[in-house]
Amino acid sequence: MIKTSYSEAILSGFDYLLQNYPEVFVLGQGLWSPWYVGNTMKNLDKKYGKERIIDTPVSESACTGAAIGASICGMKPIVVHPRMDFMMYAMDSIVNQAAKWSYMFGGQLNAPVTIRSIINRGGSQGAQHSQALHSWFAHIPGIRVVMPSTVQDARDLLISSVLCPDPVIYIDDKWLYNETDILEPIKEISLNSVTPQCLKKGDKITIVSSGFSTLLALKASTFLNRVGIGAEVFDLRVLNPFNSKNILDSVLKTKRLLVIDSGWKACGMSSEVITSIVEQIPTNTLINPPRRITLPNSPAPSSEVHEKDYYLNEEKIIKFINAYYVF
Amino acid sequence: MLSEGVENFIEDPNFIFPELNLSQIKPSYLEDFLFSMSLIRAAEIKIAKAKKNGLIKGPVHLGVGQEAIAVGVSKSLRDTDRIFGAHRSHSHILGVDKDLRKLFAEVLGRKTGFSAGMGGSMHLASKSKGFMGSVPIVTGTVPLAVGAGLASKLQKSSDIAISYLGDGATEEGVFHESLNFARVSNIPVLFVVENNLFSSHMHMSLRQPLNTINRFAKAHKIKAKLLDGNDVIEIYKTSSEFIKNMRSKPEPYLIEAITYRWFGHVDWRDDIDVGVARSKKDLLNWKKRDPIKRLRDAMINKKIWTNEKQLNLDVKVKNLVEENWETAMKDDFPDRNSLLDNVYKDD
Repeated sequence: MIKTSYSEAILSGFDYLLQNYPEVFVLGQGLWSPWYVGNTMKNLDKKYGKERIIDTPVSESACTGAAIGASICGMKPIVVHPRMDFMMYAMDSIVNQAAKWSYMFGGQLNAPVTIRSIINRGGSQGAQHSQALHSWFAHIPGIRVVMPSTVQDARDLLISSVLCPDPVIYIDDKWLYNETDILEPIKEISLNSVTPQCLKKGDKITIVSSGFSTLLALKASTFLNRVGIGAEVFDLRVLNPFNSKNILDSVLKTKRLLVIDSGWKACGMSSEVITSIVEQIPTNTLINPPRRITLPNSPAPSSEVHEKDYYLNEEKIIKFINAYYVF
Repeated sequence: MLSEGVENFIEDPNFIFPELNLSQIKPSYLEDFLFSMSLIRAAEIKIAKAKKNGLIKGPVHLGVGQEAIAVGVSKSLRDTDRIFGAHRSHSHILGVDKDLRKLFAEVLGRKTGFSAGMGGSMHLASKSKGFMGSVPIVTGTVPLAVGAGLASKLQKSSDIAISYLGDGATEEGVFHESLNFARVSNIPVLFVVENNLFSSHMHMSLRQPLNTINRFAKAHKIKAKLLDGNDVIEIYKTSSEFIKNMRSKPEPYLIEAITYRWFGHVDWRDDIDVGVARSKKDLLNWKKRDPIKRLRDAMINKKIWTNEKQLNLDVKVKNLVEENWETAMKDDFPDRNSLLDNVYKDD
């Protein structure tokens, strides 16, 4: 069987959408350049034309707004932000406009736009070239936030996002681009039916994560299993609206909860997951207090010395579990 | 066209406008302009009174005095065009959809309103007439209108997009991004800048080095015209020419229409702008430039219109306003259990 990489899976999602839906078009910076978007959009401009694959001026705000406006008028646009940090210029369009267009007008109109945002960090890129701000967007009613971790989801959830009638922020992570897997044939899945997915079964601890953190969680769980600690790993996939059902059931079984997030701690996705679970379980269910592993509370550093301390890895996760959990 | 000496015209409150030039305009069009402007004005004055009397809860931004712009532009639009407004958009939506009951019901928060009672005065839409939304974040809809024009181009529909904005909106960065992107991508969008000289309480002279904004169009190689915004004929002629061009060859255009609002920035007072006193002298002078009176006077002079016809029109407008207001006042509020409806379309 042929293995596909995460980045090729994204490309395959684009290809499927552009092939089958004439109302799909893509705009954003660097779309004609592999330097910006890796091979996730390779040759799409040649195959589908520069009218449908639009490389834009450095105008995140206008381009995101334009994608939203086009979506209100019958198109299914994908606007690409090759690095999430630059997307901050587009916050009005995303938070004030797209998120509220259906609600404000009583459901008469809607904005089925997909905003693809890439997390791209490490390599001494520093504070403004490194952020993972998924939690921010998950705060807003009206926006769906999608964060694929598996190769299969990278393709399938891109398709689900674009076909969804609501605005969706689809966040992929460059640190996952070289992961590979054998893909199932494409099946269109309603984003509404996508819930946190159990990627590994276990009965001693529930680990919840998203995006690249899920890869770390899986690696850590392999080690934990070897020493007799069965870890059940959940990948969030859709951060907003957050469906806690599967995770709740797991925590009632394992009685231990750990959340790993590639963002910051304060008001973050890890806070949301733990709170949502704790408020639904009986007192004294948990053997250990629920814990979370996040980034340290600082902007991303530039020096490689600091970067090693800043970013998460599987060893840190295993150490953390050994330090805080009693099995 | 006021391209020459326009700054003098703005600065000099005693400037007397020439009579409107009605030649080559069909009488039926003139009557339509007169009716539409009168209806919009009467509706907004009704809203102002209701706001004063406490019947309307939310803020209302009234455009009385500015009616010629939306009425002149709307004449060349069709239902499949895509129009975006801002906070002061009663005239923009009524320009293409004269359903007063829906406007009144919306400002009263009733479920029969333009936005099913979910928007109020500041969030209006009428999809079937091409009015795709107005919102109060300044410049918020300008890039959306550009995207609507882009969609039209990709759909090869020859529909165009209209972006209504004010002079204050030209001070936001995204306005400039939008003009640039619309130009380099040849997007059929008409930017209609209603320059009423004030952003909230701040006069242009306190905010920009010039009192006009069409220089921004020139900077982006966008064809633009500076117009007397209280001359419905000029607005109609220019917008109809631009829109015709845009339908056959997609590209952006800009109209700057100089006008003045008779009420303060928000709500019913004409003497106060968000707590700051307004110039009574300027207001009185601008009322002499009333776009409705100017059209009516010219039509009477040209024997296209009579005082008797005017009386009939006044009665018709008054009845329409009163009847629709009474109906809207009796309409239901949205169901309390609809609070969470339409947060997501796919629920």
